[in-house]
Amino acid sequence: MKMGIRLTAVILSLLVSTALFAADKPQSPRLDIGKGGQCVEDPKLMRKIHMDRLKHQRDETMHKGIRGQKHSLADCVECHASTKTNSVLGSNEAFCQGCHTYAAVKLDCFECHTSKRKVTAEARK
Amino acid sequence: MSSASLSRNESRNFYILAALGVFVVFLGYLGMHQMEEHGHIVSGMNNQIVWGLPHVFAIFMIVAASGVLNVGSIGTVFGQAPYKIRTPLAAVIAVGLLSGGLAVLMLDLGRPDRIIVAATHFNPTSVFAWNIFLYSGFFGLAIVYLWTSMEKRMYVWSKPAGFAMFAWRVILTSGTGLIFAFLVVRQAYASALLPPMFIVLSFAWGMAVFLLVQAAMFAWNCKTIDPAILRRMKNLLGLFVISSLYLVAAYHMTNLYFAKQTGFELFILRDGGIYPQLFWGGYVILGSLVPLALLYLPGVGNKSVVAASALVIVGSFALLYVFIIGGQAYPLSIFPGHEVSSSFGDGAIGKYVPSLPELLLGSGGLAIAYLITLIGTRVLNTMPQDVTVVAAKNDA
Amino acid sequence: MSDIQHDTKTSIKMQPNLDRRDFLSKSSIGLAGLTIAPGLMLFDMAHGKAPGDEVSNKVRWGMLIDNNQCESGCNDCVTACNTENGLATPTKPTDAQWIRKVQLKDNLTHKVSSLPMMCQHCEHPPCVDVCPTQASFKRADGIVLVDKHICIGCRYCVMACPYQARSFVHEVLTDQKTEVPRGKGTVESCTLCVHRIDKGETTACAEACSKAGHNAILFGDLNDPESAISKRIRSVTSTQIRSDLGLNTGVRYEGI
Repeated sequence: MKMGIRLTAVILSLLVSTALFAADKPQSPRLDIGKGGQCVEDPKLMRKIHMDRLKHQRDETMHKGIRGQKHSLADCVECHASTKTNSVLGSNEAFCQGCHTYAAVKLDCFECHTSKRKVTAEARK
Repeated sequence: MSSASLSRNESRNFYILAALGVFVVFLGYLGMHQMEEHGHIVSGMNNQIVWGLPHVFAIFMIVAASGVLNVGSIGTVFGQAPYKIRTPLAAVIAVGLLSGGLAVLMLDLGRPDRIIVAATHFNPTSVFAWNIFLYSGFFGLAIVYLWTSMEKRMYVWSKPAGFAMFAWRVILTSGTGLIFAFLVVRQAYASALLPPMFIVLSFAWGMAVFLLVQAAMFAWNCKTIDPAILRRMKNLLGLFVISSLYLVAAYHMTNLYFAKQTGFELFILRDGGIYPQLFWGGYVILGSLVPLALLYLPGVGNKSVVAASALVIVGSFALLYVFIIGGQAYPLSIFPGHEVSSSFGDGAIGKYVPSLPELLLGSGGLAIAYLITLIGTRVLNTMPQDVTVVAAKNDA
Repeated sequence: MSDIQHDTKTSIKMQPNLDRRDFLSKSSIGLAGLTIAPGLMLFDMAHGKAPGDEVSNKVRWGMLIDNNQCESGCNDCVTACNTENGLATPTKPTDAQWIRKVQLKDNLTHKVSSLPMMCQHCEHPPCVDVCPTQASFKRADGIVLVDKHICIGCRYCVMACPYQARSFVHEVLTDQKTEVPRGKGTVESCTLCVHRIDKGETTACAEACSKAGHNAILFGDLNDPESAISKRIRSVTSTQIRSDLGLNTGVRYEGI
């Protein structure tokens, strides 16, 4: 019985320390952040709450007609779409798809919103 | 089910029946998956006919669920002993049917993944939003009703529970009628007759389903229903079928008197091809007149009641198909006094051909109702013990 | 100016430097005008709403469609709407149509005409009444929209609309326009080009109709008595389609 408790304690502490140890290593996927530069918010904060910001902004835009704000989805895509594919989807390095695939969280936005940045007629030439 | 010991055969038969049910549910899942993956383009629906076969199945199940509980209500609310002992069975079937109907309805949504949104955003003027409350309440009350009818120390609460259930059902079924009645612009629907019509239809369809399940249970247990009780129930079914015919007739006759409704009525009753065929052949003849003959002509035995109930259910599907799909097929009258045409089907009869995914989804819902009833009656003691009731009556 | 007259009557010695005063007053009025003018022009279109501002019910957007000017064979408004909003040219009954040309033939006179039909942006929209999640809603400035974030795709609004204005998206969509998100499983209809209006522009259909020279579609603010649409509504007979329903539509028709 005592041996069993000791064994469990050893295994548990091994597991916990491995987990803690592993938590130090950055494991998030490498993302193609598109145009890059300064994000509208701190990236660490964005990782945690970007969905809340977007949700608030969508209601402001939909119901009050307020456009062009800091958290506009279209502006996010404009910056963060890959400069090669012009999209935030398409591969596991793509800005939105990368983390969402890693975290296994379904992306709903792009069922309706385009994942591509607006390419002007001149830029297309 | 029966309190007798379970024989190996019986056990095996139960598992075969259950497996059949699970298989049909799986088929329903396949149908649903097709629609969710590719969109409603795989169904027969389009922008003129937006509610198709799944709605026919779902509304049948929801209306029948409410009606099946009526069997229990006659016992608890109206104090009829033979019905009172059938309350547990009725409650189990009702829970099964409502589950099946709601499953089909929710899985037919364009965005079934947004059910949580439906449960958290409410529009007070929308019948669909009321239904979220009404249907959840129905489940809760049905389980309370079941509990008060089966647990001895709760018997004293069964009457209040029965009354609450009855009132809740009336509101819920009226709500189903109101879904359509509030569509002011549709010639098929804008009628105050619809809530009472759905209530009476629920009585008929619920009783028919109950009689089928009851017959199956008695056959499984190798028992026969007391003839006097069966006669009462089949007479009641006949009465409900006649009342339904009356209300459907009233609905169409009043419609015929409105000059602006005549076009629509002639479409449904005479010129609309499949719709008059289903209405007259399916609902009126097969679904009402033939069952009435089977129920009331002399020499009615067990088998006639089963056949009559089955035909009433066939008739119900026919009526709902005409009501839901025929009602959408007839074009809106946007420009009265004009003949119209457009690229969007203005002025034209809408085309609809039911597709396989829709049929599978609807059948899957029926299978869910079947499975819940099968398992519920196996696990709970729902078999009506007529011996005690008949004995009590004979003693009196 | 009366000061000068007064001055000449009383004393000639006290005459001020009127040229400079004149110049200053005229130029300051001109400068003030220049500052306000661009705002006034936008005000006429959007009542001073910049993209970052909240909409208000001081404005009610509407359209007046002149059936007499609408040409039977012309589909410019439909094409413009489809291009603007990223809709494919409809070929199947499951394809969405936000605007359509309806061909009419009077049963009595046999007179033939055609007119564009789209969401009528009612004041009392039946689609808003029946939507279970309030996805179908009326914005403060009168535009009836579908909030696709909360639309569950039940199609109740499609059943309720008196004008068959709503479409259900039956298939997966790709390459949507940035300003016009659309997706499978939700319901949609004419947005009165809300993304353009919020920038102070006019609707795509009205613009296309003017470009084609028919000028059958007039867009503007119904609450502003000085707008072109209000003035025209006061001067000609116009009607709402199915006015018997009492919905007070924002889209009115002339000549039917």
